[in-house]
Amino acid sequence: MTTLIPAPKAVRAHPPHQPGRRETVHKWRRRFPLLPALIFTVVVTQLPFVATLIISTLQWNILKPGERHFTGLSNYAFVFTDERLRTAVLNTIVLTASVVSISMVLGLGLALLLDRRFPGRGLARTLLITPFLVMPVAAALLWKHAIYNPDYGLLNGTLNALYRLFGAENGPTIDWVSNSAMPAVVVALVWQWTPFMMLILLAGLQAQPGDVLEAARVDGASAMATFRFITLPHLRQYIELGVLLGTIYVVQTFDAVFTITQGGPGSQTTNLPYEIYLTMFRKYEYGEAAAAGVVVVIGSIVVATFALRTIASLFREEVSR
Amino acid sequence: MTIRKITHAGRSTRAVLAAVAAGSMLAACSGAGGSSSGGGGESINVLMVGNPQMEDIAKLTKDTFTKDTGIKVNFTILPENELRDKVTQDIATQAGQYDVATIGAYEVPIWHKNDWLHELSSYAGKDSAFDEADLLKPMVQSLSGDDGKLYALPFYGESSMLMYNKEVMAEKGITVPEKPTWQQVADIAAKVDGARPGMKGICLRGLAGWGELGAPLTTVVNTFGGTWFTKDWKAQVNSAEFKKATNFYVDLVRKHGEVGAPQAGFTECLNALSQGKVAMWYDATSAAGSLEDPKSSKIAGKVGYAYAPVDKTDSSGWLWTWAWAMPKTTKKADAASKFMLWASGKDYEKLVGEKLGWSRVPAGKRASTYELPEYQKAASAFGDITLKSIEQANPTDPGVQPRPTVGVQFVAVPEFQDLGTKVTQEISAAIAGKTSVDKALDKGQKLAEETAKTYQ
Repeated sequence: MTTLIPAPKAVRAHPPHQPGRRETVHKWRRRFPLLPALIFTVVVTQLPFVATLIISTLQWNILKPGERHFTGLSNYAFVFTDERLRTAVLNTIVLTASVVSISMVLGLGLALLLDRRFPGRGLARTLLITPFLVMPVAAALLWKHAIYNPDYGLLNGTLNALYRLFGAENGPTIDWVSNSAMPAVVVALVWQWTPFMMLILLAGLQAQPGDVLEAARVDGASAMATFRFITLPHLRQYIELGVLLGTIYVVQTFDAVFTITQGGPGSQTTNLPYEIYLTMFRKYEYGEAAAAGVVVVIGSIVVATFALRTIASLFREEVSR
Repeated sequence: MTIRKITHAGRSTRAVLAAVAAGSMLAACSGAGGSSSGGGGESINVLMVGNPQMEDIAKLTKDTFTKDTGIKVNFTILPENELRDKVTQDIATQAGQYDVATIGAYEVPIWHKNDWLHELSSYAGKDSAFDEADLLKPMVQSLSGDDGKLYALPFYGESSMLMYNKEVMAEKGITVPEKPTWQQVADIAAKVDGARPGMKGICLRGLAGWGELGAPLTTVVNTFGGTWFTKDWKAQVNSAEFKKATNFYVDLVRKHGEVGAPQAGFTECLNALSQGKVAMWYDATSAAGSLEDPKSSKIAGKVGYAYAPVDKTDSSGWLWTWAWAMPKTTKKADAASKFMLWASGKDYEKLVGEKLGWSRVPAGKRASTYELPEYQKAASAFGDITLKSIEQANPTDPGVQPRPTVGVQFVAVPEFQDLGTKVTQEISAAIAGKTSVDKALDKGQKLAEETAKTYQ
């Protein structure tokens, strides 16, 4: 008894201190074994970024030793005023927006089809996922040589076969990559990213409660109405996730641009990663490259946030209607 | 001997996170150092470009050089662009990982100015078997510093020439002159265009890049009287001569050039001519070896060769060499120099000829190569024209006016890689029909003026 009385008093007397400290000690005891991992993570992920921030304030061309010096924010000024970089930003936005939106729409369609039961569904699903598993460089090479090549590519080959079928001697020789460079890159990327969107949306569709759909059917809702008012709002989170992840990855596209078009013709398909690559490995201007890299990171965050908000508000309207 | 081949994998990560990679450069500064785990004997690290001649030396070193000297050689072989990235960073950051690296005629003067390279004349002079006097003069010029000393030893050299399908010319009754003018070439291209179903008149590089489209185009600019810069660093990219040359080049490719020209580089053109898709090709003399190989070429033995076409100058071939250089950071200068002297020597050429075949000899650097009866036989169709093209190339005065730097198809300043890449991007767009030559060159002029500011 006597021992019990002072204890609550003491607790009441120092409410924020005693248990807090004990808890902190306890917490740290639990955290301690994780600390090395945490420190390691910080070192390998955050320190390079800090280094990048520092380098972005330097005037540093490695081909001109002895001229490295602090230059403040002038590299950023260059990034924002340089015409080529502005084009690159624009191209990055066009590329990312079109790839993400087209692959999202296609992915949604495929997911809806795959959500139904049909014989051979497992096989169809595996085949549809395959493009996403191909290495980006390999995929880009495949598109450049096997499909777009004007001499021996599949597209012109098919065209020629069709022409011959109707009696012509030879079809047209279309140089796909030079004539429509941006669409060529977009199509190759859509091919890679549609399965990703499809997978996420398929997971969403299969998580849809069956009783709600059944209730809608019993109430006499049409398939279109069920999709629009029940399935689509349910998929919202999944679409958001797909757009977010897709945007983050597609903004960084390098392989397709490097392999298929080399940023050309001119700088029509030069996106930021490729422009940064040129700055780093042709111009050897490390400061400019670092500054552009920082801008890409910030840009990715902005684009992703923006995309997310647009979609969120679209759905709010949809629900309130 | 270990050969570490590094492929394209990982390029995307590196390039996309280029900025982050810059951070890791700081780590590289601490100096990784070469592994010298040879069993008693010394070992050196050699970084080289992945061309066939280099693959050959990687195969031959162990049983010859290492056997004789006890020096172990660790080769790292990389594709050209990756090699430039790696060797530039290694040397610029003084990481000192490599004792020998292959670099080209473009790098030597720039790196020499940066004091990154060991002079090699003293080593070459001491070695009587090496016979420095036998090296071709343009090679020595390209690889010397302004103090007259050698800063790299040539492994093989090349110029440029016109190659054509003799059968097609014979069918059309056309004789290609031994020293054609560009106008003659354009006329022939028009005549042979469509000589066979789908066959185009000529292949000229259209792929952006200072070492791709930039190389043949600059030789055309030179012979049409143009230049990138005047002697006192006035940019000339939109001058009348430069424009005339570029318009000529772009028109010729658009009218009678290969299909997919804006994406066609050396490899694509090599395929186009050897597979019968084009009738002519203007490019590197070193392409002849591949064109004459029946395994890969449908027209082996049927290829005609002519000198680089000209307009105002007497000759117009470019000049390139892959050469061995020793970074100043090396701690094994003696072993490294022994390797370089062996690899660039006469005996090595004979070794390749005897072991691997005479057409694979790393030629184009020594006068004596062309006197070997075995080589003369193997290269009867193109050996003579290659040698004369190299001898005629004048890296100090390749056009009609004096130049600010040494170099035929490039301007030897660090900024040129970037300038050349960007300007050829615009010209490549003109070949694709997406912009006009005038607009492309006006943009190029602005970039060139920017570059010139540093030097005026």
